[in-house]
Amino acid sequence: MYEKDGEKYYIVDAHIALWDARAENQKNIHGKQFIDCFYDYHKNLSPEEVVWDYDTYTYYGEQRLLKDLFEDGYVDHAIFQPAILSDFYRRGFGQTEDALALTRANPGKLTYNHAWDPRHEEAGLEQLRKDADRMGLKGVKLYTAEWNGDSRGYKLDSPWSRRYLEECLKLGIKNIHVHKGPTIRPLDRDAFDVADIDQVATDYTELNFIVEHVGLPRLEDFCWIATQEPNVYGGLAVAMPFIHSRPKYFAQILGELLYWIGEDRILFSSDYAIWTPKWLIEKFVDFQIPPELTEYAPITTAQKKKILGLNAAALYDLDVPQELRLPTEAGNASAEVAAGARS
Amino acid sequence: MIAVAPSLSDRVLAALATVADPELDEPITELGFVRSVRIEDAKVTVHLRLPTSFCSPNFAYLMASDAVDALRRVDGLRGVVVQLDDHHDSDKINAGLAADAGYVGTFGVEAEESLDDLRRIFREKAHTAAMERCAEQLLRTTDVTVDDLHLVTLGDVPEGSHKEALVRRRAGIGLGAAPADPLVVDEAGAALVAAEVPLRLRFAKSVRISMEGNAHFCRGLLATRYGSTA
Repeated sequence: MYEKDGEKYYIVDAHIALWDARAENQKNIHGKQFIDCFYDYHKNLSPEEVVWDYDTYTYYGEQRLLKDLFEDGYVDHAIFQPAILSDFYRRGFGQTEDALALTRANPGKLTYNHAWDPRHEEAGLEQLRKDADRMGLKGVKLYTAEWNGDSRGYKLDSPWSRRYLEECLKLGIKNIHVHKGPTIRPLDRDAFDVADIDQVATDYTELNFIVEHVGLPRLEDFCWIATQEPNVYGGLAVAMPFIHSRPKYFAQILGELLYWIGEDRILFSSDYAIWTPKWLIEKFVDFQIPPELTEYAPITTAQKKKILGLNAAALYDLDVPQELRLPTEAGNASAEVAAGARS
Repeated sequence: MIAVAPSLSDRVLAALATVADPELDEPITELGFVRSVRIEDAKVTVHLRLPTSFCSPNFAYLMASDAVDALRRVDGLRGVVVQLDDHHDSDKINAGLAADAGYVGTFGVEAEESLDDLRRIFREKAHTAAMERCAEQLLRTTDVTVDDLHLVTLGDVPEGSHKEALVRRRAGIGLGAAPADPLVVDEAGAALVAAEVPLRLRFAKSVRISMEGNAHFCRGLLATRYGSTA
């Protein structure tokens, strides 16, 4: 919970990780390139005083995570969204068993989402059933650009992906978080194309599709499909830290999102440990659309409360204390947005 | 005054400046993607670099192969070598460039036909963003309102950098720039009816914001990755 000027905010960090990118866990050069890329994100967009040293960044462990989120970071509930990356790391990048154990040891504070990969076909489906049972899954995180042997990614509307989505429906896994990365076959196309999400969102209306980092670098394509599909949400991972280095750009992103998808379908996340939540939350609560951006209405306290936690709480059925709720329900995904744009 | 012919190195840099990042619609020379240029015995070796190891390989290939093509058009050069540094596909792309393998030859089974459609998508985005800048300028500085925009033609757009950019982007998707041509058009360049204009403009704005934001991000990451040399 975060409190400022008499207002109390229930905080859900909808995208966190517990990773191990130390040299001994790197399988090849790509493991090193991957964590170096993350570290550059971290250094480039964090305020100087919260930048970590490189060694801490490659592995920070459970206690540091708990402190950064729950002691220092105002977070009430956080959701693991792992990237497994077994082609880059010997024991995987996201530490599944450690994160699961931490979730069990901190009841009510953490949710563990796991991953599946349609390229594992039948064996992967069987594994998904076991994982759903053992891990109590309510959501999954899919990294469509994950490498797997010669393959450098998959589409969400492929026949095998659809079988996995149908299995998710049966298993009660209703929140499908999707991260679009840059290397998907065929390379002739735009690797960040979100058309496959559009397809499956239309076909599986009982599932929620949360597009991480709001489709960046294709904000406009994400906004367009999210306007058409009321079960498509935007996760603010990666967009959030612009609030510090490029506040006007952040205002424009937020203004666009509020126009195209509305206040009920935007989820806060720090993308921990790429960034830490404390400063992001403080800055977001203080944030306002600059007056020169006359095309956007000022952002309200109620909108901030929804984005910072109430929308994610609605997706994950979290029990929000009465005093932190709004008089009306958050997470009203079917609210009218972008008048005229829905076909 | 004596006219001095540009030196070979000036012509090499001018050629590289014609190569743009298709996604950001800015020259690779201004983005800092040219790491080094060495000319020896009329042979040029250019090293390119990108903001991360995981920048899209298709765009990385496009820029590197466009650089090769641009340099081959420079008179007086006897050899051209372009190398992409520090990318997850550096080896593959550099081998393909050295062997003149083309896009399909470079990426093998990962490629289907060509990158022409991809290039077209990003030219359309660049045009959309340029169109929005011109429209926005009119809305902010004149009495024109969104409801009038369907009547606005290129002849109504004041001269200046926004208009110059728009004319270039129109050419990129095969459109002319006659004064009577409508300013606000669809992705393919076709005129719109009045009722379609506001939503088209709204979408164009999100295209422009997305592209500008990507450029901020890429410049920042490049500076972080390569320190003060970026």
